[in-house]
Amino acid sequence: MRLVVLLGMFLSAVSTARAEISISIHYLKYEAPAPPTLSNLDPTPEDEGIAGAQVGLADNLTTGKFLGHGYDLTVTTVPQDGDLAAAARAALSETPYLLVDAPADKLLALADLPEAQGALIFNVSAEDIGLRSADCRANLLHTAPSHAMRSDALAQFLLFKRWGDLALIVGPHAKDRAFAAALHRSAAKFQLRIRGEKTWAFDADMRRNAAQEVPLFVQDLPKHDILLVADEIGDFGRYVLFNTWEPRPIAGSEGMTPVAWSPAVEQWGAAQLQSRFEEASARPMRPADYSAWAAIRTLGEAVTRTSRADVGVLRDYILSDAFELAGFKGRPLSFRHWNGQMRQPIPIVHPRAVVATAPLEGFLHQRNELDTLGLDAPESSCSAFGDRK
Amino acid sequence: MTRQATNPKALFLAALLSASAGPALAAEIWVTNEKDDTISVIDIDTLEVIRTIPTGERPRGITFSQDYSRVYICASDSDTVQVMDPESGEILHDLPSGEDPEQFILHPDNRRLYIANEDDAITTVVDVETRKVIAQIDVGIEPEGMAVSPDGKIVITTSETTNMAHWIDTETHELFANTLVDARPRHAEFLKDGTELWVSAEIGGTVSVFDVATQQERAKFGFEIRGVHPDRVQPVGFKLTEDEKTAFVALGPSNHLAVVNAETYEVEEYILVGRRVWHMAFSPDKSLLFTTNGVSGDVTVIDVERREAIKTIKVGRFPWGAALRP
Repeated sequence: MRLVVLLGMFLSAVSTARAEISISIHYLKYEAPAPPTLSNLDPTPEDEGIAGAQVGLADNLTTGKFLGHGYDLTVTTVPQDGDLAAAARAALSETPYLLVDAPADKLLALADLPEAQGALIFNVSAEDIGLRSADCRANLLHTAPSHAMRSDALAQFLLFKRWGDLALIVGPHAKDRAFAAALHRSAAKFQLRIRGEKTWAFDADMRRNAAQEVPLFVQDLPKHDILLVADEIGDFGRYVLFNTWEPRPIAGSEGMTPVAWSPAVEQWGAAQLQSRFEEASARPMRPADYSAWAAIRTLGEAVTRTSRADVGVLRDYILSDAFELAGFKGRPLSFRHWNGQMRQPIPIVHPRAVVATAPLEGFLHQRNELDTLGLDAPESSCSAFGDRK
Repeated sequence: MTRQATNPKALFLAALLSASAGPALAAEIWVTNEKDDTISVIDIDTLEVIRTIPTGERPRGITFSQDYSRVYICASDSDTVQVMDPESGEILHDLPSGEDPEQFILHPDNRRLYIANEDDAITTVVDVETRKVIAQIDVGIEPEGMAVSPDGKIVITTSETTNMAHWIDTETHELFANTLVDARPRHAEFLKDGTELWVSAEIGGTVSVFDVATQQERAKFGFEIRGVHPDRVQPVGFKLTEDEKTAFVALGPSNHLAVVNAETYEVEEYILVGRRVWHMAFSPDKSLLFTTNGVSGDVTVIDVERREAIKTIKVGRFPWGAALRP
């Protein structure tokens, strides 16, 4: 039913393609507290995410100049003790199009503001499964993959390799536990066995004694093919590699990692996006940059194809079967109509190469193979999006 | 094969052989190997690789001058278009191509080369005789497909991320139309005496047919291969038979060619070829078609009449472009 309406809209849009159409986008970044990590080798860039949005904006502007479509981007950074809700209200008084980089609780509070009803908010960082299920919101789309999409990608690869016996080390942070829970979920879904699990419990400085401590720490884990690490803040995982008791590869948050994006992705024209990003930002493109880029490009693609700027039209188009975004991952990206999650392939990488890209060959789905990753319609208890088919 | 190319003795021997054999050799298909920095030369009679010629970095687009005395090569990572003597395989000189040239088209005047600069959102026009840049035209993000109308009046650049065909007036070097196509357009060609423009969209999975006189879309067709997910059916290069009644469309990672009725735009059949098939070239009488298969690193030879793959020829790593040298 939705399709018919869209088609009519599209036809009328073509004749008015020359009209001046412009949308404003506001990027809200909440500076969440970053727990200390053992190593300072890889500081998080201050413009993480924002830099991706800026490249997406430049892409949109280039297309827009041929069609008479304009875009502008405002960035607001809210400090840890700042008032995110006030910043969101101010942004929403200017535009309904928001990109938000904030933890799940802050994001939900923002999406539930009276001013945010009827807005279109892109979650560009929070990977919590709940946001794609019971805690979903009709005004909230997710370009960041969920923990479940990442863990399903890894599980597909492990199954493909017949590495069915797993052990898991989990860090102490909420993000670590959430990713570990997703790994358990994926292990059950793809019939892998997590034989043993330990919580990382050291407070010593691993740069000096990893070689001594780690082998003993993992020595009593049951027999496993591969050791999984849930260390989403990048704290201890790097010291586990090559320091295990048994010679075993590491995967999860460290070693071989399922990610939204990595500088190692170069196929499907990705090399061009990588070089555009590096030229603009003087650093490699990170997963958060990709999610923000994809959100801006999603809006751009919707404006390009509909020649409209009103939020209801763009939201309907983005959630329709007609929408597809070329995202340099080898398949068109689209949005799940049952929870607003962007479908996307997940590269499984190590720092120097892509090992595989999920969905792997042979993992089939009646609708779209990308729906073998993350919460499929029957698995999500989201009801905010209405028609679930 | 690759080793041979870097071995000066072998190169010398190859040069000697080709010199002593005289110029009246069989027709050849020249294939650029994107990740080997070489060209593989296939003899059409024997269907074997007879030469491997070193090029600049990341060779992609390839085309010959009208008299076949020069071959132009987009050496993308060397940021140049190389001009090679096809007899000796020597690079004669470089052309100022702008950054990251990917594809190009030689104007019917045999002088103007229109080059897509993938990293720069620009189409560069170079005079191959004076070796000077005549114009640079702003186009969409990641320009790629290039086409010129038979009368030389229109040049098309397609842009992969902007998803458009940009129509360039070759008199003024200005855009006179920009037409949207489906996601990630890769290849464009004028067909049927320049009355139709076809543009393939890799991620969209379609080929759009434009009426050149009005720049309006006349038709659009897609593909459906049993047992292959639609997302993996990604059209890139295409070629028409001599009578322009049948089109062969390369479908990328679906590892198939589509055989399309060019009048009704209906797909008649699919032919299994090598992995990630992108570009193609015909033999002089158009009885054979050669496809570049990037991932399997080979070229599939198609019998056009029978619509069958008859041979696979191993070339270098990631073969990309193909061009006929009669």
